[in-house]
Amino acid sequence: MLQIKDLHASVEEKDILKGINLDIKAGEVHAIMGPNGSGKSTLASIIAGKETFDITKGEIAFNNEDISELNPEERAHKGVFLSFQYPVEIPGVSVTNFIKTAINETRKSKGLKDMPASEMLKLIKQKADLLDIDRKFLSRSLNEGFSGGEKKRNEIFQMAMLEPKLAILDETDSGLDIDALKIVANGVNKLQNKDNAVLVITHYQRLLDYIVPDFVHVLIDGRIVKSGTKDLAHELEEKGYDWIKEELV
Amino acid sequence: MSLKDKLVSSYLAFEDHLEDDSPIHDIRSKAINVFEGKGFPTKKEEAWKYTSLKGILNDDYCLFPKRDNDVELKDVRKYFLHDIDTFKIVFIDGVYSSFLSETTHDSMDICLLSSALSKSKYNAVVEAYYNKAASQDSLTSLNTAFAKEGAYICIPKNKEVEKPIEIINFATGNEAALMLQPRNLIVVGENAHVQIIERHQSLTDHAIFTNSVTEIFADKRAHVDYYKIQNDNSNASIIDNTYIEQQRESICKVHTFSFGGKIIRNNLNFYQKGEYCDSILKGITILKDKQHVDHNTLVQHIAPNCESHQDYKGLYAGHSTGVFNGKVLVEKEAQKTNAFQQNNNILIDDNATINAKPQLEIFADDVKCSHGCTIGQFDEDALFYLQTRGIAIKEAQALLMYAFANSVLESVKIPELERRINKIIANKIGVNIGFDV
Repeated sequence: MLQIKDLHASVEEKDILKGINLDIKAGEVHAIMGPNGSGKSTLASIIAGKETFDITKGEIAFNNEDISELNPEERAHKGVFLSFQYPVEIPGVSVTNFIKTAINETRKSKGLKDMPASEMLKLIKQKADLLDIDRKFLSRSLNEGFSGGEKKRNEIFQMAMLEPKLAILDETDSGLDIDALKIVANGVNKLQNKDNAVLVITHYQRLLDYIVPDFVHVLIDGRIVKSGTKDLAHELEEKGYDWIKEELV
Repeated sequence: MSLKDKLVSSYLAFEDHLEDDSPIHDIRSKAINVFEGKGFPTKKEEAWKYTSLKGILNDDYCLFPKRDNDVELKDVRKYFLHDIDTFKIVFIDGVYSSFLSETTHDSMDICLLSSALSKSKYNAVVEAYYNKAASQDSLTSLNTAFAKEGAYICIPKNKEVEKPIEIINFATGNEAALMLQPRNLIVVGENAHVQIIERHQSLTDHAIFTNSVTEIFADKRAHVDYYKIQNDNSNASIIDNTYIEQQRESICKVHTFSFGGKIIRNNLNFYQKGEYCDSILKGITILKDKQHVDHNTLVQHIAPNCESHQDYKGLYAGHSTGVFNGKVLVEKEAQKTNAFQQNNNILIDDNATINAKPQLEIFADDVKCSHGCTIGQFDEDALFYLQTRGIAIKEAQALLMYAFANSVLESVKIPELERRINKIIANKIGVNIGFDV
């Protein structure tokens, strides 16, 4: 589904990614772990299409199509979703109205008419129930005054509504207590199936107890230096990142 | 003949026509002299540096329109906030329309300035308040010289007015360009509460030049909630001169919604005369084409322990220009003042301009004052967020503009007004975010 080959990227002439290779197939859950500043969030943003980074070398293919020249909304229309570490607050626009806009914009890109209101409401109700979201929450302004947990749950709600093929979860566990973490992880697991894929980006192993990855990759200084199964995550949790760095020397 | 000469030479005839020995005869005579001395302001004056009136002074304005064209309710109904849930004082070309107005009430005065000036029972109030807060600048003086009609609202002590009062000025100008000089006097008694909406609406393509003066007096613990809707067509200009005098513990709020017009100039002045006053000035400006708006605010902190909050947001497209000239003056006696001023602008097009000039003059030593001003484009992170949800960049920008302007609406306390303004904003910006849900 997602194939990244020898990806190099920089911002203001500072190299951040220095040759990333990653192959994610439908039905798989991958995790990228790494210390702060290793380039994890940059990789997530680049896959989603953020233009502040320059791709200097390599390619990003999504379902065998090069997407590196597409803008973020075009990638979204093809099924790429990024759950943000710091979602943006949009005062005056309710969660419901926002998600309606997002869904109908995506439908428009496919030449479809707006989703009928009744169908939309049914879908919203269904997904909200799935994530244990209170109906009152849906009429609040998007992310405005939301707690950390509410913001993340709202991200996963949007993911549930948009039904992406590839969901990238950038530090979804940060700022969550254990109960919120379980709800969010549970939601992701319910949405996971053989036709879609999840890329979890995290500093800590904690989230991976709940969203169990098929593959774990360690990103250090812009390169994936080690890949393995979920056991690798446990090893990192016990020993930290230093032993890998030492191994590399 | 220039407009100034025409005005000055018309004055005597105008005064002659007034029926009585008006109690304000002297005030009028002095005012016309001031106007004659000063004339219309020019860009040479510091306060008018960014706003030129030249473009609207050349029309041959009719100064004393007769009301010969009735307005059908069905044509203007859309400009009213509500059919029954508001009081309405409606003027057509400066003349009161009893047909369109709705002022049925008791225990307070919601009537006409002309009545207040001519009936003896109002003498005491007129003498105590009329022209007492207004300044001596040339445009205010021009209004003072010619004003004979407007809203007169006097709310007695402890009265909570149960529904908002709309003051609406329609200009038909069917025959020619028209100059209007409406004058409102609003006296709000101790612990009384009132909500007022003021709107000027041209119904013609002819040039309309409105030079209005509103004086508001808020007694102790009074609450005045005032909304100005400026969404006029591109041949209508307004100079709005508003003066608010506050006594102890009063709270006065003015929201100014500037969405359309040729030249809009708001001279909004607050004078805090008692302790523990709160003055709140909010504005949303959304302009395009060659529209021009100039917000010229003054908050004069005279007494100690008062607050003022200013929050003006502007979105400028096309060749539109904006000015924010906000002055906070803290007098020597006004210790423990908290004065805040915020002015944020987004320039949507390269040809749009904003001139922002915050001024703080502080003569007391124990005060907290701040001002912030931003002129920017869109937040890239926010745009990226919306794009990753499949929302194309144009729509994403519109949503962000909507959110930017919307934050000022939170303090609008009339739900129907909030809904209307919200709709106008969405319309202006071109967002369709399904207000039905």
